[in-house]
Amino acid sequence: MLELNPTSIAFFIFSVLSIGGALGVVFSRNLIHGALFLIVSLFGGAGLFVILAAPFLAAVQVLVYIGAIAILVIFAVMLTRSMTNIREIFNRQWWIGAIASVALLVVLVVGVILPTWGPGGTNSDIVLSETTASLQDLGVALVSGNQFVLPFEVASLLLTAAMVGAIVIARDNESY
Amino acid sequence: MVPLWMFLVVSAVVFCIGAYGVLSRRNAVAILMSVELMLNAVNINLVAFWRFLAPQNMAGQAFVAFVFVVAAAEAAVGLAIIIAVYRNHRSVIVDDVNVLRG
Repeated sequence: MLELNPTSIAFFIFSVLSIGGALGVVFSRNLIHGALFLIVSLFGGAGLFVILAAPFLAAVQVLVYIGAIAILVIFAVMLTRSMTNIREIFNRQWWIGAIASVALLVVLVVGVILPTWGPGGTNSDIVLSETTASLQDLGVALVSGNQFVLPFEVASLLLTAAMVGAIVIARDNESY
Repeated sequence: MVPLWMFLVVSAVVFCIGAYGVLSRRNAVAILMSVELMLNAVNINLVAFWRFLAPQNMAGQAFVAFVFVVAAAEAAVGLAIIIAVYRNHRSVIVDDVNVLRG
């Protein structure tokens, strides 16, 4: 079904990292271990981006997701230390969540992915184009007047608002 | 090259694991980590579709860039809220934060 070339081996390794890291995040008792498993899973995602010919997005994932967001999560874990190691980590309705997640996975894979893009599906003969748009095209798209300049500017506004909001919310109010 | 449906299945598995984490964990920081897993799965999905179906159109990668931005903003504000709740309640277990319960 799948020939054994370096791309397939790399895909297998990075997907194992992604799925294994995800399982580690959800099922780990220690939150620092969970944050480190999150870093592993995000790194697997970055590897998959490289296989999919999007190296800039892989670099942004490592820099922004792992280098900023995961570190912020570790800071939050350190700042909200409680006796988390001796209580249960799942709430009392965990079985409803398990049923819902498994049902969603089955519906997605069997009902959506495999009938359309699977080995015998309707769109299974996708010709992989050798040429993709380059990084210059992404830069032009993000500032071009008839493409994505408006979401780009709104995104910078969103980041400013988030930064100010996070500082105001997490500020210690006894300093005045 | 690996076929498209394998990337989509990996993305769906990571998404559903993240969904289970959001629904079942008691610690608020763990719930936020599971939300980041779901966003990462969506990014993998978007880039796979971009590569296989429309590699000349940069809308796929631009969409992923905006998902990065929104995920970063949401993680920052969410963690600030969790720290503020911890400062007042001494606990980040979401079952204990029920002050508004009627």
